[in-house]
Amino acid sequence: MISMKLNVRAAVLLGSILIGASPALAETVLHRGNAGEPQTLDQAHTSINIEEFILKDLYEGLTIYDAAGKIIPGAAESWTVSDDGTVYTFKLRENGKWSDGSPVTAADFAFSFQRVEDPKTAAGYANILFPIKNAEKANKGEVPLDQLGVKAIDDKTLEITLERPTPFFLELLAHQTALPVSKASVEKNGTDFVKPGVMVSNGAYKLVAHTPNDSLTTEKNANYWDAANVKIDKVIFYPIDDQAASVRRFEAKEMDLVYNFSADQIERLKSSYGDQVHISPTLATYYYAFDTRQEPYSDVRVRQALSMSVDRDFLAKEIYSGSQIPAYSMVPPGIETYGEPSKADFGTLSQLDREDKAIALMKEAGYGEGGKPLEIEIRYNTNPNHERVATAVADMWKNTFGAKVSLVNLDVSSHYAYLQEGGKFNVARAGWVADYADAENFLALSVSTNKTFNYGHYQNPEFDALMKKSYEETDAAARSKILHEAEALMMKEQPVAPFLTQADLWLVASKVKGWQDNAANQHLTRFLSVEE
Amino acid sequence: MISFVLRRLASAVPTLFIVVTISFFLMRFAPGGPFNLERPLPPQTMANLMRTYQLDQPLWRQYLTYITNAVTGDFGPSYIYKDNTVAELIAKGLPYSLELGFYALLVALIGGVLAGTIAALRQNSILDFAIMSVSTIGVTVPNFVVGPVLTLIFAVILAWLPAGSWGDGSLRFLILPMIALALPQLAVFARLTRGSMIEALHTDHIRTARAYGLPARTVVVTHAMRAALLPVVSYLAPCAAALLTGSAVIETIFTIPGVGRYFVLGAINRDYTLVMGTVVLVAIFVIVFNLVVDILYGLLDPRVRHD
Repeated sequence: MISMKLNVRAAVLLGSILIGASPALAETVLHRGNAGEPQTLDQAHTSINIEEFILKDLYEGLTIYDAAGKIIPGAAESWTVSDDGTVYTFKLRENGKWSDGSPVTAADFAFSFQRVEDPKTAAGYANILFPIKNAEKANKGEVPLDQLGVKAIDDKTLEITLERPTPFFLELLAHQTALPVSKASVEKNGTDFVKPGVMVSNGAYKLVAHTPNDSLTTEKNANYWDAANVKIDKVIFYPIDDQAASVRRFEAKEMDLVYNFSADQIERLKSSYGDQVHISPTLATYYYAFDTRQEPYSDVRVRQALSMSVDRDFLAKEIYSGSQIPAYSMVPPGIETYGEPSKADFGTLSQLDREDKAIALMKEAGYGEGGKPLEIEIRYNTNPNHERVATAVADMWKNTFGAKVSLVNLDVSSHYAYLQEGGKFNVARAGWVADYADAENFLALSVSTNKTFNYGHYQNPEFDALMKKSYEETDAAARSKILHEAEALMMKEQPVAPFLTQADLWLVASKVKGWQDNAANQHLTRFLSVEE
Repeated sequence: MISFVLRRLASAVPTLFIVVTISFFLMRFAPGGPFNLERPLPPQTMANLMRTYQLDQPLWRQYLTYITNAVTGDFGPSYIYKDNTVAELIAKGLPYSLELGFYALLVALIGGVLAGTIAALRQNSILDFAIMSVSTIGVTVPNFVVGPVLTLIFAVILAWLPAGSWGDGSLRFLILPMIALALPQLAVFARLTRGSMIEALHTDHIRTARAYGLPARTVVVTHAMRAALLPVVSYLAPCAAALLTGSAVIETIFTIPGVGRYFVLGAINRDYTLVMGTVVLVAIFVIVFNLVVDILYGLLDPRVRHD
């Protein structure tokens, strides 16, 4: 009896939390567990997806992703592209307004893009807009900002000129760095334009309150052009970086959506919550890079053998509990303009056949049992899962080739600083999450001129030439074919060994409707609704 | 007394200066920097960032700039939380940590002293064993276990209390984090009190007091307690400084918007200015509480007098 009374009281308490402080019962609120505190709400400084989820609710770029992760018109209602693919003319929506009621103009976009390229802004993702004419030069301070290829023809017409045809330009415009700022607001408020009460935004929601590490509250923007179709009145983002804590809060029904939880919880959660558990393959690849500058990794056979002998199914199932998918290509599946990626040949063999082939290749190269000793050092950034992967891989290489494998780990900053600064290594872990849904984003990592990202300093003129050709090709089908050829070559040579395609893990309460899993991991609240 | 306090405060200045200097250079010796991320930045973006944050200057100049600014209360911008300065972040987070830490400190101190005294008075009884066993568990079970277990029981299964967040700051939001934060300290206080109380009860002056036929309550509360509290008071300084400046673990588990997590986040992300800010904050707390404890000592122990 006592416990029942307490439960009734608890239910009332819980109800009052869910409804929030406002007594308006009709108000629908979405509680989003957002996996961490946003480091910034400034489109020029943002770099991570937990910021992206918030910013894309607040602001609307020229193009946006729909609920299925497809590019559709956003602040621009339509556009035309010149025949040579270098001039885009965007027609902004006549009824596009900022949350303060003033119109969204082409000048706002021109100002926003100049701001991103201004060296003084020091935008982390300035390179996203480098395909725009003079963007890179302006960012280096070599030409004045007004030389940037973004021009306001009139209030609602924006012309963007590119350096060269860029087939994935519309994807780039959907990146959070390309979200507009209100020129008037930034000029008036300076860096304070991001603060609640000051921020002026053009998206479906406006910023109401933000307590760092506690919550960030947004409310429906009545001035949004499509406000009539926005069904959720209020969104509260909770920056919970403790994955177990966010799961508990979902289970306590304090959260409707939770982004990211620990993979070892998948089985348990699935048995309790069924299809509220979403495992959605994403555009991210977990790979090991070989230092191709040194013996024996300069030998393609050694790289092939090492890559082939890694049992990806084991990594995916045993270490990641099925939250990651075995990968045999650098480009993950799920890119509309690319289709099925070019996989490594050995992907079709059984693991036993792969091992036999790997042993033969290694023997041919003269390493391993009966040949020169094989001593491998695996470097990875400190993380329990990366450690488990490295330990498993070390074991596989030991068993297959009799290799002597040692493990070295550094914290994230040190690990990447070492690789970026050209430090020598044998094998190093790395991961890549797409900036935009295009195969080029993954393949360009291994171009020889890419000093920062090509950790293993892979050099192959044939591969470079194919990539160069892909930038010049304006026909989408022909370009996709060239990129496939480039990837096929890369997968044959294995300068990097892709192990896993990563997945985004979401908990989506059954009362949340309109949710669609998509590889781009795009989930604008305006496409969702809540049914009590 | 006043001159003692003034002297101590004056000596705090060089102490702070040394702490700041050592941390500044130690931090810079760690490999990597605030902008070496899992996703490396292109060289030119890196150059723009380094210039904007003046990290391209020689280290000695950065140090001088930092010290000069810090004296005027400007602890620089945070490199991770780019929309805020370090002073803003600490100003926003500190009230939450202070409030939660203060309650936890009260619970730990009162609960610990009470439990320890009872255990000492009933030495080797079942009650004593029970209190000491619980406090052993309190010391040994880390709060990253206690926190989730508490939420699991009271928020997920029983649904009596919220699983996390500061909410409106009312007691029901604070109960679980407060208990998780207080428990290990409560256990330490209980053990310290028990030990020193047993010792105090065996001293000559207590025996004399008893021989005079003073009531047991007077003997314990006015005579034995004074001596027994000395180790408790010395532990109070580091404990208060630790609780009031927040716990990264508790704040993360319960999503409390305090300053505790900045210690860890700052260090991992090489947010030099944020780390320095938190170091200065803790240093000030430690210095102040050590001073408070020394003053308390003077009041409790007739052998210690500050002239």
